[in-house]
Amino acid sequence: MSIKVSTRQVDGVTILDLSGRITLGEGSVTLRDAIRDLVAKGDKNILLNLGDVSYIDSSGIGELVSAFTSVKNAGGELKLLNLTKKVQDLLQITKLYTVFDVRDDETHAVGSFTR
Amino acid sequence: MTLASTLEAVDRVEHEAETFAARFGFDEDEVSNIAMAVREATVNAVIHGNAYNREKHVTASFEATDKDLVFRISDEGIGVNEDSLPDPLSPENILRGSGRGVFLMRAFMDEVHFRQLSPGTELTLIKRRASEQNAA
Repeated sequence: MSIKVSTRQVDGVTILDLSGRITLGEGSVTLRDAIRDLVAKGDKNILLNLGDVSYIDSSGIGELVSAFTSVKNAGGELKLLNLTKKVQDLLQITKLYTVFDVRDDETHAVGSFTR
Repeated sequence: MTLASTLEAVDRVEHEAETFAARFGFDEDEVSNIAMAVREATVNAVIHGNAYNREKHVTASFEATDKDLVFRISDEGIGVNEDSLPDPLSPENILRGSGRGVFLMRAFMDEVHFRQLSPGTELTLIKRRASEQNAA
């Protein structure tokens, strides 16, 4: 199963609920397109809910990093929510846990964005 | 198995590696990590080795010895200089959108070896069997 993305707005924050696998090919491209569209629309506060993401490979990790960078370059913030243990372990191993703002409570995560 | 240089081949090799590793007493996380390492090696073969050229093939073989599981993935590309691979943990690379595949292979397997073919590259990924890890 590849990735599915649904988008919602909460208090000025765009939350992307992702489910499935973020891997080389369709999964990575879907995420890239979703972020590109949000940045093009001027959305600056983006929260990626990875609670239902079962698997990420190195391409998917790279896509998360690219998303972080492109949102940051556009003057916004991208944060991560509800990491599974598997994804958390991958971010620890790759030392990206220190790069991303990782949250486990949606309300607090939404409130943490700079308005 | 010998496969075309496609993303479908990557998924198939990963699945076969997962099924293979699950037969040897590894827990669910370890099986998943082994399968990911083999996936990354196959991705490298398809993308960096064979550059998606369907005329070039990726070959995967799995073997269980008394001590190890051995996964060999080879391509027919121009070869890679192992020493030229950037360190994805260094500050100048940490925000790069690629370059973590070999790093993850090394993180999840006990040994990773590169061998130049003519043409191509063979990666050998070795994982100690669970009984060997417990004995260590």
